Amino acid sequence: MCDQTFMAITFGPCGSCSKASPLMNIYVKNEAINYCSFCVEMMACQGLQKGESLASLKKESDSLKKKLEEERAKLHDVELHQVAEKVEVLSALSIKTRRTLKGHGNKVLCVDWCKDKRRLVSSSQDGRVIVWDGFTLNKEHAVTMPCTWVMACAYAPSGCAIACGGLDNKCSVYPLSLDKNENLAAKKKSVAMHTNYLSACSFTNSDMQLLTSSGDGTCALWDVESAQLLQSFHAHTADVLTLDLAPSETGNTFVSGGCDKKANVWDMRSGQNIQSFETHDSDINSVKYYPSGDAFASGSDDATCRLFDLRADREVAIYQKDSIIFGASSVDFSQSGRLLFTGYNDYTINIWDVLKGTRVSVLFGHENRVSSVRVSPDGTALCSASWDNTLRIWA
Amino acid sequence: MTIRTARPDRGQHYRPRMHCLKKLETFVVEMQDPKSGVKGSEQKLNVTTIPHVITGKDVIAWVMNKLKNTQEEAEAVATMLVAYGYIYPLQNHKKLVMCNDATLYRFQTPYFWPAEKWVAEDTDYAIYLAKRNIRKKGMLEAYEQVHYNHLHEWLNHKWDFIVMQATEQYKAGKERKKPDRVVFECQERAYWIVNRPPRRTHSAMDSGPDRLIDPTVDEKISFDQYRRMNIFYQQAIMRSKVKSSVSLGALVKFMTTHKNHDPFLAPCLPSNPWQTDNDTYWTLNMRRVDVPTRMRVERWSFSFFELLSDLGGRDDFKLFLKKEFSGENLAFWEAAEEMKWGTASSMSSKAETIFKTFLAPGAPRWINIDGRTMGLTVKGLEHPHRYVLDAAQTHVFLLMKKDTFFRYLKSPVYKDMQKKALNPEPHNFSAAQLEQNTRSRGLGIHPIILWQQEEEERAKVALASAPVDIKAMMSKVDRKK
Repeated sequence: MCDQTFMAITFGPCGSCSKASPLMNIYVKNEAINYCSFCVEMMACQGLQKGESLASLKKESDSLKKKLEEERAKLHDVELHQVAEKVEVLSALSIKTRRTLKGHGNKVLCVDWCKDKRRLVSSSQDGRVIVWDGFTLNKEHAVTMPCTWVMACAYAPSGCAIACGGLDNKCSVYPLSLDKNENLAAKKKSVAMHTNYLSACSFTNSDMQLLTSSGDGTCALWDVESAQLLQSFHAHTADVLTLDLAPSETGNTFVSGGCDKKANVWDMRSGQNIQSFETHDSDINSVKYYPSGDAFASGSDDATCRLFDLRADREVAIYQKDSIIFGASSVDFSQSGRLLFTGYNDYTINIWDVLKGTRVSVLFGHENRVSSVRVSPDGTALCSASWDNTLRIWA
Repeated sequence: MTIRTARPDRGQHYRPRMHCLKKLETFVVEMQDPKSGVKGSEQKLNVTTIPHVITGKDVIAWVMNKLKNTQEEAEAVATMLVAYGYIYPLQNHKKLVMCNDATLYRFQTPYFWPAEKWVAEDTDYAIYLAKRNIRKKGMLEAYEQVHYNHLHEWLNHKWDFIVMQATEQYKAGKERKKPDRVVFECQERAYWIVNRPPRRTHSAMDSGPDRLIDPTVDEKISFDQYRRMNIFYQQAIMRSKVKSSVSLGALVKFMTTHKNHDPFLAPCLPSNPWQTDNDTYWTLNMRRVDVPTRMRVERWSFSFFELLSDLGGRDDFKLFLKKEFSGENLAFWEAAEEMKWGTASSMSSKAETIFKTFLAPGAPRWINIDGRTMGLTVKGLEHPHRYVLDAAQTHVFLLMKKDTFFRYLKSPVYKDMQKKALNPEPHNFSAAQLEQNTRSRGLGIHPIILWQQEEEERAKVALASAPVDIKAMMSKVDRKK
C-alpha cells in the first residue's frame, strides 16, 4: 500500500484561491503547497515570464528528469532476479481450454468478469454486448449498441448492471434484470461523454461511480446517477488505451497507459498525476495492478511486458524473448501474483513467472489476435477474448 | 456533460504504431539469404514456371532453428509473416496462414512490404481494381465489385485520373515478359488481400480504430506542457521512495503467503469448478455460509485488507468487535466508504447522518480520534464533499489495522472459527462422473437476487442500530398509560 497517497492532504482550502476543493500536492521553489487543479493549470498556462523561453523550460525539464532518475537509482540496491533466487521454481502448468463461448458475429474486443466468478460480459466490433454465464454457456442478456467497435465493457460490482462504450465517445450503463424478455436498451443511461472514442471503463468500489479513459487523452471519474463529471485527469499527450484501479484498501489511485508510451499513476481524489513511467518503446496497450497494489504490469506494442514497483518508483522487470516479436495486447496477474498472463497479437497467450522473469507456458488455440485476457475474481480461471469472434475460458 | 480537452481534436486518422515491422524486416531479409536462408526452388504453376518458391515446411523449420522455439510457436510466427504480407501463398491466396506441409509460398517484393509511413490508399486500390477490370472485364470478385462500386461513387471527382493511371499501368505491364508479369500480378494481388482483406480473411493490417498522434513524427511540446512536466518532476523528486530490497522483498512475501491460495499453482478444494464441472467450491465460499472453509479463514489472517474485502470475514470481525464494544470504528469506516463511493446527490444527507451518529459531542457511536482531525472533519462537514471524511477515515482505519486486527487474530472468536472451519475432501471423479457433471452444471444464484437479499439485510441492520429516540419512546410509554 502506498502510505504516502493514503496520508496526503487532498481536500481543503486551496493555497492560492482559498476555495475548499480537492487539492494537488506540488512544490513551488522547493516548498510544499496545496493548490486546487484550476490554480495549477493557471500556473502552467501563464505567459512566458522575463528570462523564460521554450528552450530554458526544456533545459529545466531535462535536468529535472535526470535528477529524478538519480533519486530513483540511489535506492536501487538489488535486482528482482537476485531476490527471486531463493524462491523455488514453478512446476509445469497444465492449462486447457474448458469453455469456448461462441455467439459474437465479429471481433470480440473486451471482456470482464462478474464478482460471482462465473458470469462475464463481452463486447465486440459489431456493437453487440453479451452477458454470459460462463459455467453453463448460457447467453443471459444481449444488447446491441448504436455504434461499432465497443472497446470497453465492465460488470458492476453488485452484478446488477453493465457499462460499455466505444466509437460513440460515450460510456453507457445498462441495468440488468431477471426478466429475460426485457429490452435492456430501453433503460440505457449515458454516463460519460468524451470528445473521442472510449478505450476502457471500470466501475469503482460501487455501482455508482465509473472511471473511463478515452482516445482524447484524458481519463475521467463520473457519477452514474447524475452523469456528472466528478474529476478529470490530464497528463497524457496521446490516446489513453487502458486503465486499472488499485486493489488496496484505500482504493484511491489508479494507473493508466497510453499511446505516448507512458504509464501514469493518479490520485482519484485530486486528479493529480503522482507517478509516471516512460520506459516502453511503443504504445502501452494494457496495465494491471499486482494483487497487493504495490506494483503494476504493463503490456505494450513493443512486444515486452514490464513490471513497475510503485514504492521504489522504478521498473523492476522486463518480460521479453527474442522469439516474441508481436505486441502484447493484454495482461493480467493470477491470484497470488506469481503468474502473469499476457495475450499477444500473434494469436498466442504467454504465461510468465513474475519473479524469475522466465516464460512458463504458451497457450495456443485462438485463430486471430487475442484482444483481452482476464483472470476470474477468485483466480480459478482465465478468460481470453479474441478477434476470431470467440472467447475461451482456460483452467 | 462533456470534457473539453485543451489540446485540439486533430481528428483521428493515424494508423496505430506497428513496432514489430523493423524486427520483421531484418528477419525476412535473413530468410532470403542465398546461403543461410530458406531454400527455394522452381515450380510450375499452370503454364508458367515460377522461380524462388518455398514450402511451408521449410519456412517453419528455418524459423524453429533461428528462434530456437517449439514447432507450434514457429507456426505462429510464420503465420504472422503471411498475415503481414511478407510471404504470400501461391494457391489458396485468401487464407493468410502458414501450413506446415508442402504448401507453396513466395517472398513478397520489398516494394509491397508494410510500412508505418505509407498507408495503402483508396486511390491506389481504385487504380488496381480499374486495371483488373481493363485486363479482364467482369473478373472482379464479389467483394471487390462492392469496393469498386463504392470507390467509383466517392472518388468520382478523380475518376478520370484513376482510369488514366490504370490504363498506363496496364500498358506498361503488357510490355513485360510473361513470367515476370504473372509474378508481379501475384504479388500485387497478395498486397491487396493483406490491405483490403475479403471477408473471413485474417490480415494483420486490420488494426482497429485510428489514433490521435502520428507515430512517424516527433511530437512538438509547447511551453505550458513543459511547465506541467516540471511541476510533475518536482513533486516526483520530493516523493519519498523505498529501497528496492524492501519493496521487492514485500512482493516476494506476498507471493509466498498466497501461493497455496492460487488455483493455478495449488489445487483448490474440493475441486476447480471449471475443471470438473462441479460448483461445490463456489457454494462453499459464498458470503453467508454457516461454516467457512479452512483456506478462507487462513486468508483472513494475511492482511487487514483481505479480512475486510471478504464480506464473510468482515462479519466475523464485527462479531469480535461487538464483544469488545468497539464496533463504532468499523461502522464509521463503512459509512465513510459509502459516502465516498455513493451518488453525488446523497452527499449532504449522508454527511448529516454520519455527523449525528459518530462525530457530534455525545453521539451514540462516538469515535475516538485526535482533536486536530476531529476539528478538520467537523469544519469540512459544513460544505459536504465526498472526500471530507478522508482524514478521519484514514485515522480510524490505521487504528484498526495496527491494533484491533492483531487482537482479533489472537481472540477466541477467530480461533474458534479456525477450529470450526471446513476442510473439504478433494473430489475424485471418474470419467463417467465427469460426463455426468457436464450434463448437470449448477445454475447458482443470480447476482441480482443475492444483491436484493443483501439490501434487505442491510435495511434490517440499519433499522436495528438506529439511534433510539428517547423522547418518542417515552411519549409512546406515556400514551400507553
